[in-house]
Amino acid sequence: MTTHGQKVRELATMSSKGSVPITLPLDVSEKSLDKSSEPQRVALETNSLRMYYGEYLALEDITMQLAAKKIIAIIGPSGCGKSTLLRVFNRMNELIPGARIEGEVLFNGQDLYAPEVDATEVRFRIGMVFQKPNPFPKSIYENVAFGPRINGYRGDMDELVERSLIGAGLWDEVKDRLRTNAQELSGGQQQRLCIARAIAVEPEVILMDEPCSALDPAATLKIEDLMQEIVSDYTILIVTHNMQQAARVSDYSAFMSTDGGGQPGKLIEYGLKDEIFTNPKDQRTQDYITGRFG
Amino acid sequence: MSANTLGHSVNMGANLGSRKLKGRLFLTTAVLATGIGIVVLATLLIDVAGDGVPRLSWDFITSYPSRFAERAGILSALMGTIWVMALTALFSFPLGVGTALYLEQYAPKSRITEIVQMNLANLAGVPSIVYGILGLTVFVRWFALDRSVLAGALTMTLLILPITIIASREAIRGVPQSLVTAAYGLGATKWQVIQTTILPYAFPGILTGTILSMSRAIGETAPLIIMGALTFIAFVPGSDGFWNGPLDPFTVLPIQIFNWASRPQEAFLETAAAGIVVLLVALLVMNSLAIFLRNKYQKRIQES
Repeated sequence: MTTHGQKVRELATMSSKGSVPITLPLDVSEKSLDKSSEPQRVALETNSLRMYYGEYLALEDITMQLAAKKIIAIIGPSGCGKSTLLRVFNRMNELIPGARIEGEVLFNGQDLYAPEVDATEVRFRIGMVFQKPNPFPKSIYENVAFGPRINGYRGDMDELVERSLIGAGLWDEVKDRLRTNAQELSGGQQQRLCIARAIAVEPEVILMDEPCSALDPAATLKIEDLMQEIVSDYTILIVTHNMQQAARVSDYSAFMSTDGGGQPGKLIEYGLKDEIFTNPKDQRTQDYITGRFG
Repeated sequence: MSANTLGHSVNMGANLGSRKLKGRLFLTTAVLATGIGIVVLATLLIDVAGDGVPRLSWDFITSYPSRFAERAGILSALMGTIWVMALTALFSFPLGVGTALYLEQYAPKSRITEIVQMNLANLAGVPSIVYGILGLTVFVRWFALDRSVLAGALTMTLLILPITIIASREAIRGVPQSLVTAAYGLGATKWQVIQTTILPYAFPGILTGTILSMSRAIGETAPLIIMGALTFIAFVPGSDGFWNGPLDPFTVLPIQIFNWASRPQEAFLETAAAGIVVLLVALLVMNSLAIFLRNKYQKRIQES
């Protein structure tokens, strides 16, 4: 238990020391991210990331920097490796046997894949919301309390649960029935519960893997509003199939694609949302955005 | 071209009549098969109950076996069965669940684990008498446990372990991957995921496996005879001090029943039937307990 606590503190101190202003050129665009405002802090970055499942190369040479407390959307056609890239950031790919990476993945300047870094600590600093809402078959309260409990939270659990549910915009709807089964909630409510569950462990980054694709438009809009509210506290990386969604909510957008079936996913273009959507540099980005393929 | 019931002319759908007939034929066959099973079972039960129930009495349950049919009782066999079953459950449950967890969650995909998995199913099919010989050699001789309750329970544990492991593995595999991923995503360690998500969800299935394997164990005669269970004993395990119980000699219900049934006197056949009734009741009680536990856990899981 003490080593766990020590390592958590290590990552925590790194976060205040590892501030890197983004003046480095990005991947293919060769541009600094935001010319007009003050230097942003880089929360996550990859350098020449290659991801393998055994012998199969899934991601090829991904280099990108994610600015802290911004919403970054990853768009692209099906099967281009968006979800795989997302899962690199919280080391969820390791659950699949044979998965390995080459290159660097840094979180606040520290190597996420260093041998002394435990994957479970990464996951509680970098949370995830999945495509299909997956609340545990327990009460609403127990779902939110699950993360803090397994990570040894000793404070006021009631207060933490309430705070997380408020943060996910779900408190008013469920405050009178915290002990009822979470699976009785509607799809949109379940997804917001999953967001509450993720923020209950107080992560710095939230990864969202197509969080709205199983929801109706009204629930989708609620989640998008929520994202824009909570981004002041968390860096959000969202994979989405929905280009309009990316255009609505993101600050930065990344376009990924492959050269064909079975080929590795590549980062084609990455930059400010407005530039990607109105003035893309790469023809493939242009084609995807105008709907000519994908 | 033909016309269907809606009156339109169509190129297909003419075989609707024969398709429905085939369906009805299958349904009839299935009902018949079920019916035959139920009728045979009912006949068996009624026959046994008819012979056995009149012979049941409090004396019967609390007396020891005797040369005289009227005085013969089932106490030693009943207590022996209870002792052996309790110890078997105690040993096989953690071993079975633990092995299943290891195979499903921890074992790397190597040649050795492949061989183990292949042989599990084979082991489940090995005749029980082979386990008896194994128990005799290993537990009675090598471990010097002599022909005790403990040796019997260990032998039965080996017998039912393959079934328990296979059933537990199926239950563990049935846990939805989405829940497991959610737990990992919140920073749970592997053991925490197993403890909070996998085991609770798999528990009803594991209990079902336990019911099945215990039901097999309670009726096994051959292995226990081989490893030295007695037939005519006039004491119960534990009479020389409760904690000495596991080291006492013993007999079990199936052995006692078999012994009575092979006697020439008519009166002993009735005693055997009464013994069968007691065995069935014991089986029922054991299964009911497990089903009760399983339902309690299933309600807690509250699947939508």
